[in-house]
Amino acid sequence: MKRRIGIDVGGTNTDAVYLEDTRVVHAVKTPTTRDVTSGVTEALRRLLQAGAPVSVDAVMIGTTHFTNAVVQRRDLTRVAAIRIGLPSGASLEPFIDWPEDLAALVRGEVVMLEGGHEFDGRPLVPLDTAGVRAAARRIRAAGLTSIGVASVFSPLNAACELETAAILREECPDAAVTMSHQLGRIGLLERENATLLNAALVGLARTTTRAFTDALAASGIRAPLYLTQNDGTVMLASVAEAFPVYGFASGPTNSMRGAAFLSKLTDALVIDVGGTTTDIGSLRHGFPREANNVVEIGGVRTLFRMPDLLSIGLGGGSLVARAPLSVGPRSVGYRLVEEGLVFGGNELTATDVAVAAGLVGLGDRRRVASLPAEVVTGAIARIHAMIEESVDRMKTDAGDEPLIAVGGGCFLVPERIAGISEVIHVEHQAVANAVGAAIAQVSGEVDRIFQDLSRDEAIARARQLAETQAASAGADPRTLTTVEVEDLPLAYLPGNSLRVRVRVVGEIR
Amino acid sequence: MRPVSVAEIESLAIGAWILGTGGGGSPYLALLNMRRLYRDGVVVRLMDPMDLADDDLVAIVSNMGAPLVGQERLTDPRTIERAVRMMEEYLGRRFAAVMSLEIGGGNSIQPFMAAAMLGLPVVDGDCMGRAFPEAQMTSFAIHDLQMYPLTLVDVRHNAVVVARAASWKWMERLSRKACVEVGSIASTCKAPRTGKEVKECGILYSTSKAIRLGETVQSARKLHRDAVQAVIEAEGGRLMFRGKIRDVARRTTEGFLRGTAKLDGLDDFRGQSFELAFQNEFAVGWLDGRPRVMTPDLICVLDSVSGEAIGTEALRYGQRVSVIALPAPPVLLTPKGLEHVGPRAFGYDLEFRSVFA
Repeated sequence: MKRRIGIDVGGTNTDAVYLEDTRVVHAVKTPTTRDVTSGVTEALRRLLQAGAPVSVDAVMIGTTHFTNAVVQRRDLTRVAAIRIGLPSGASLEPFIDWPEDLAALVRGEVVMLEGGHEFDGRPLVPLDTAGVRAAARRIRAAGLTSIGVASVFSPLNAACELETAAILREECPDAAVTMSHQLGRIGLLERENATLLNAALVGLARTTTRAFTDALAASGIRAPLYLTQNDGTVMLASVAEAFPVYGFASGPTNSMRGAAFLSKLTDALVIDVGGTTTDIGSLRHGFPREANNVVEIGGVRTLFRMPDLLSIGLGGGSLVARAPLSVGPRSVGYRLVEEGLVFGGNELTATDVAVAAGLVGLGDRRRVASLPAEVVTGAIARIHAMIEESVDRMKTDAGDEPLIAVGGGCFLVPERIAGISEVIHVEHQAVANAVGAAIAQVSGEVDRIFQDLSRDEAIARARQLAETQAASAGADPRTLTTVEVEDLPLAYLPGNSLRVRVRVVGEIR
Repeated sequence: MRPVSVAEIESLAIGAWILGTGGGGSPYLALLNMRRLYRDGVVVRLMDPMDLADDDLVAIVSNMGAPLVGQERLTDPRTIERAVRMMEEYLGRRFAAVMSLEIGGGNSIQPFMAAAMLGLPVVDGDCMGRAFPEAQMTSFAIHDLQMYPLTLVDVRHNAVVVARAASWKWMERLSRKACVEVGSIASTCKAPRTGKEVKECGILYSTSKAIRLGETVQSARKLHRDAVQAVIEAEGGRLMFRGKIRDVARRTTEGFLRGTAKLDGLDDFRGQSFELAFQNEFAVGWLDGRPRVMTPDLICVLDSVSGEAIGTEALRYGQRVSVIALPAPPVLLTPKGLEHVGPRAFGYDLEFRSVFA
């Protein structure tokens, strides 16, 4: 029997579930705390109290922390962008297609320097190392602590990024450096965007991951800790902390996979209303429909494989302003249970108006009894309109489809929506994310250059290596399946070179 | 002559990406350049080809190379401007307008980038009506017009004039070699055309056609109508296959991205399989092993849900796609046209049969 704990740390609630094979045995929900650690500690304590054992096979944590930081434009580190590739691409500088408000928060120094490679591995022009050193000194003088480096064709030849990083380590020893080749994929602008977002989030990621590790240690549970990734698989926490962008859409992926698991439906729309954001996606054959090619995160284009989602700044903790009437995107988040009116606080939130309107019973209803009726009906109408409009935008079929409503704030979803055949609620709906985290699989990925092998042989070799890696990361070898195969020929390199990327996933052992 | 709005250029990017039949490179980066130029106050004018004087000189511009390379070496309007200026210097004459070599993909927007820098109008038309991988695959080549001179420039101040070429094939070979040498991406100004040649041998009004096609997709998405079906209806196209990508194989040779994609059927095509061969653009499609659609009919692969075109370099395992065919410009279907752009021109020993015949 597999025993797994899944935890979802949202902006508002920390949910935890204990699963034995495919059965949800215990589920708890606690508020996310300011320090994150005590919320996770509390969730684990309650889970153990409810009867979960301390000896489990794995603990999987998924979090929307990093996505929320981008969507809400907060907890972001100002970064220096170093693009290497001049004289190519001079008219489209880093941050070119970013929303202005996000760029204003993240954009520190922007440096474009000569260097980069050709598609066949030859240098484009020599790397301007003197320029790198001068830029590094400017970056240090500007007080920037995180740097994103992107060089032309670095996924094929990372030399320029590695050399730049070495100079940066000498000149800015305290700065975190994200190199674009670590995030893969051909497509300079999108890879650079992912790099800059990662750089803006590494500080937050480090403190958050360490908080999770501490919380697990404090609970007495001894099991490997994994963080969930965009594609519904997990990565060891110690590896994951340097790459927060890999976990960007893991919250929604978990909630959609959780919704499919709990509802037994394979084709439906899913709306996950959290405390801070609402995500709407589409389930096809039990998996989130993936966006083709380009995925926007907080308005920024990237090339990750991610579920096709619409995220809006609406949740149970969203702040309601009275004049003029508005709801979100600012949210009290985890402070809902202190600051929400019904919980004795002074902030008017979406949850408060829902309590006043009788949509849900939470906290002390008397504390919202004096709210003017027009504020309550106006705010609810606004919330319903936001949800209806977003559901409509995600619909790809003119026909009616079912909508599975999950998440702690799903009481905000109207029961009737144009174009929706039925709004479906499931058992454990409020902890669908944690369920999705608990059922996450382990993956193994290999991305390397093979020489003098046929394409089939190279792929077979890569698959074998990926399977070994997945097995050593804790996957059951009997359950491994290949989810991704990509090969890219490299012309003009000796010996018929082929770059192969293979990704396999399997159930945790 | 009329001003083109930035909204029309956005539509052009969508329509041209579909007409790119998998190649031509995504217009996104060219579009970013245009947005930026328009923000700086530039407005490009579109010219009815019939308004060209017979002796006007028209610059035929394009970016040349592998789409994959274009995703890393980002296009810059100053490079295409330099190619045109270099041609003017070489000829000792000024151009009256610029025109696209191919309306499919990013090259649909290259003349707008050049025009923005040069202050010239863009002629409504091109010489492919879609995208093709090689220089001799144009209506001008089919009409046996002169293929030289050609200017080719690279971001590093490398520049080449191909002063003469013995044939279109030679022009292709000479310029392609230079292009591969500079990293498989270069800006080019092709053999200049007179107004008379454009009017008689060009594929006219394809720019406004691409803009309309983009608007069709945009409006279908807005109304939640099936965007793939909307394209088929608006352009008189045919649905060839609907399915999921099972395997993609690519190889880069002589600066081209060649390869195949295999699809498993979904919906009405469940149990059937489809195979696509590409050489930058989709060239042939086989349904259950039998040739179903082939160049010069336009073979477009669209995201089954959004209707967005998917380029050959962006095909990935698991994507759900629709393969559609759109009619080719009549000049490509003539015996002479098929010699240049029929299946045999791509190395497939197949007798051309249009799905629209």
